[in-house]
Amino acid sequence: MATTAEGFDAPTAGHGGDHDHADHKPGFFARWFMSTNHKDIGTLYLIFAIIAGIIGGAISGIMRMELMEPGIQYLFWWAGASEGDIAAAGHMWNVFITAHGLIMVFFMVMPAMIGGFGNWFVPLMIGAPDMAFPRMNNISFWLTVVGFLSLLFSMFVPGSANGLGAGVGWTVYAPLSTTYAPGPSVDFAIFSLHLAGAGSILGATNFITTIFNMRAPGMTLHKMPLFVWSVLVTAFLLLLALPVLAAAITMLLTDRNFGTTFFDPAGGGDPVLYQHLFWFFGHPEVYIMILPGFGMVSQIVATFSRKPVFGYLAMAYAMVAIGVVGFVVWAHHMYTVGLDVNTKMYFTAATMVIAVPTGVKIFSWIATMWGGSIEFKSPMIWALGFIFLFTVGGVTGVVLANGGIDDNLHDTYYVVAHFHYVLSMGAVFSLFAGFYYWFPKMSGRMHSELLSHLHFWVFFIGVNVIFFPQHFLGMNGMPRRYPDFPEQFAFWNQVSSIGYMIMAASMLIFFANLAYAYIWGRKAENNPWGEGATTLEWTLTSPPPFHQFETLPVIEDHHDYHDHRPATA
Amino acid sequence: MGQAFARMKFGFLALMAAVLTVAAPQMALAQDAAEAVAAPTEAAEAAPEASDYTPMAPTEGKGMPTSFEDDPLKSMTFQDQYTADGAYALAMHDWLLMPVITVISLFVLGLLIYVGLKFNRKSNPVPSKTTHNTLIEVIWTIVPVIILVVIAVPSITLLARQYETPPADAITIKAVGYQWYWGYEYPDHDVEVISNMLDEDEAAASGEYHQLAVDNRMVVPVGVPLRLQTTAADVIHAFAVPSLWFKQDAVPGRLNERMLVIEEPGVYYGQCSELCGALHGFMPIAVEAVPMEQFEAWVASQGGTMPTAEEVAEADVDAEPADEAVAEADAEPAA
Repeated sequence: MATTAEGFDAPTAGHGGDHDHADHKPGFFARWFMSTNHKDIGTLYLIFAIIAGIIGGAISGIMRMELMEPGIQYLFWWAGASEGDIAAAGHMWNVFITAHGLIMVFFMVMPAMIGGFGNWFVPLMIGAPDMAFPRMNNISFWLTVVGFLSLLFSMFVPGSANGLGAGVGWTVYAPLSTTYAPGPSVDFAIFSLHLAGAGSILGATNFITTIFNMRAPGMTLHKMPLFVWSVLVTAFLLLLALPVLAAAITMLLTDRNFGTTFFDPAGGGDPVLYQHLFWFFGHPEVYIMILPGFGMVSQIVATFSRKPVFGYLAMAYAMVAIGVVGFVVWAHHMYTVGLDVNTKMYFTAATMVIAVPTGVKIFSWIATMWGGSIEFKSPMIWALGFIFLFTVGGVTGVVLANGGIDDNLHDTYYVVAHFHYVLSMGAVFSLFAGFYYWFPKMSGRMHSELLSHLHFWVFFIGVNVIFFPQHFLGMNGMPRRYPDFPEQFAFWNQVSSIGYMIMAASMLIFFANLAYAYIWGRKAENNPWGEGATTLEWTLTSPPPFHQFETLPVIEDHHDYHDHRPATA
Repeated sequence: MGQAFARMKFGFLALMAAVLTVAAPQMALAQDAAEAVAAPTEAAEAAPEASDYTPMAPTEGKGMPTSFEDDPLKSMTFQDQYTADGAYALAMHDWLLMPVITVISLFVLGLLIYVGLKFNRKSNPVPSKTTHNTLIEVIWTIVPVIILVVIAVPSITLLARQYETPPADAITIKAVGYQWYWGYEYPDHDVEVISNMLDEDEAAASGEYHQLAVDNRMVVPVGVPLRLQTTAADVIHAFAVPSLWFKQDAVPGRLNERMLVIEEPGVYYGQCSELCGALHGFMPIAVEAVPMEQFEAWVASQGGTMPTAEEVAEADVDAEPADEAVAEADAEPAA
């Protein structure tokens, strides 16, 4: 028992002769470009996601700047077109919205959640030395990078008659993306999704194999931390949903280049078929983006309340339920395409069902805090912000679930507000929560609590000022994906754009905080968060040794789902 | 306009047509339909030249969004509704959905604040170990289910209403989306109009809002069932009018159909609501609902004719009783 407990820390400097063996790091190029180490690959994913997030966020800055007042102000310049060339400006706009959406979904949220935190902490939390397929892990990452480059490249090659770039929206609906976008840019965008998708499918198989086969002795599925559960469910969603996207965009590609007519009515095809295929992927995709966030918030709430998660099994199976039901609600993205009445009634009912397991999670988090001894450290306030803002985004989802109500709200700013509340606030708040939670573990340095709190409040105000007025715009009738609007919409658009500036300022605080941590930050202890942090990663040094758990930790009978610390600790 | 003035002497004929229309039952249903439509048709035959149709001036704040400066509260919610289904949907939103989601959000916020105050490190240094409470878990599963069932009842009802099949004598209008304008075809009246956005100066000249104003509106009779079909000639567009709670995609190769009954005369604006390329934001929709005699005058001014009584009767016979609300029949291939 005692030896096992000590063995939780892989041999480190203190163990003298073992040092080289355990903590030997390859040279720079081999370490970062040929990595097979889950923690290094996780770090690469996080750096990549931050860079992609800066680019995607900057594009949304251009968009909010343009929408600050009625009329077209800046798009002519961005398009390199003459003043008054509305078509060129409009196309440029469509390129921006497409790039913003694809970057944020495929190259910011997904790499950060699954590639970054998943890679870093799934092996640590289940007591595994690494991922099951370390080299495949490396391929997954570099496929994502090349996919991103392909997407960026697509913005600089001809798209439609009106300019460079793919102006087709992140949904890439045919026939706008086929017959009506003849240039090669859409091919590059599609190729980008193929690469990123292949990377994600490989990553998903890696996670599933790792979680099923490499858990520490004694760690049954029902003792796994909820973050690991969330990544497991997410990996299954990826594995089942992404091939459908791959099929859909491959059909697009052959429609574009090889004369097939899957989506072209002139040849017996149907544009609506593409939408069914896309959203069969697209709806699980939104859960792919949020489930790891659920997992992180569960860990954080338990840690800082110093209480085990309330209703662990319900929490785990609520995620499974969300994943399963998430596969049978896709057509609520297509309420206005001309579904028949029974189909629409079914998708209305099925969509509302998702609110039930989601409600279970929200209330279980609150119940976890109930009776707890809550400490408002940086990860905790981000998690609290997540719970509230995700609730707000969730209830507008219940409104949109009603097919008859959606007739007015479909494709308006109400939808934009809704999915930014669940993603730009839900997913991103959980990302920051997870980042502040694990940053000391990953870097070995403490960030500033003051700057983290400041970051939180400025970001919180900023994103709410951006997105809350967009509900008003949507209800009042403003369609989404518009570079210009009737003057009635001017006021709330201006408010929204001011919100963007507040949000952007908060990001400066975030980067200042990173700089602070690396320059002045004090060294992080193994467990900087106190007795509430009970999962295996906190038994290791900060940062963990290059190879950990060379002697596997053992989960004994007295360990529950919450506390995995060795008994002597 | 000059033409119209020259035809003023026939004004009394138009007036007679108006009287006839008003006299006819407004609900032109079943057997009454043929007569109701036939009556004005005769008048129209006599007085097509008498048309003094002039485009209706929009009413400020009606059928269009509201700016914050004009009315802060109205700028934050839905536009007023001018269809029965729209009124039903709006009521469902305002009196059911909105209160429910507001209460839920505030409830969660309240709980978060409460646990933050009551169970922080200072107030509660020793955490409890409670991790289960079957009763509360059952409650927070069942109560949301009940709330959702309560929402589902009017929601399903609303869907059923929206999908009611238009009667056989409903006036057919086919809205065709093009990159980047709308075409409105009236197959019963042999009329087709092309509707382009007015530029900023033209919109100002016509006293309308830029990005909503169009050169040729979709003119329809008020208070009678319209069979509104949408399709597209190139990419997918969406025909949307927020104040009529109406949005239907225009998909190439498909013909979507939905009944629409506008309850008040007026000009109702909308904008294309499916990304359709570079000028997606610049192909607005303007529906002008006018009394039947005005509609007839408009049809005449477009060189069309009202359908004869026989044609209407024929349509009645042709109509299949089990006609699905949404026809997914093959549209003629995109031209």
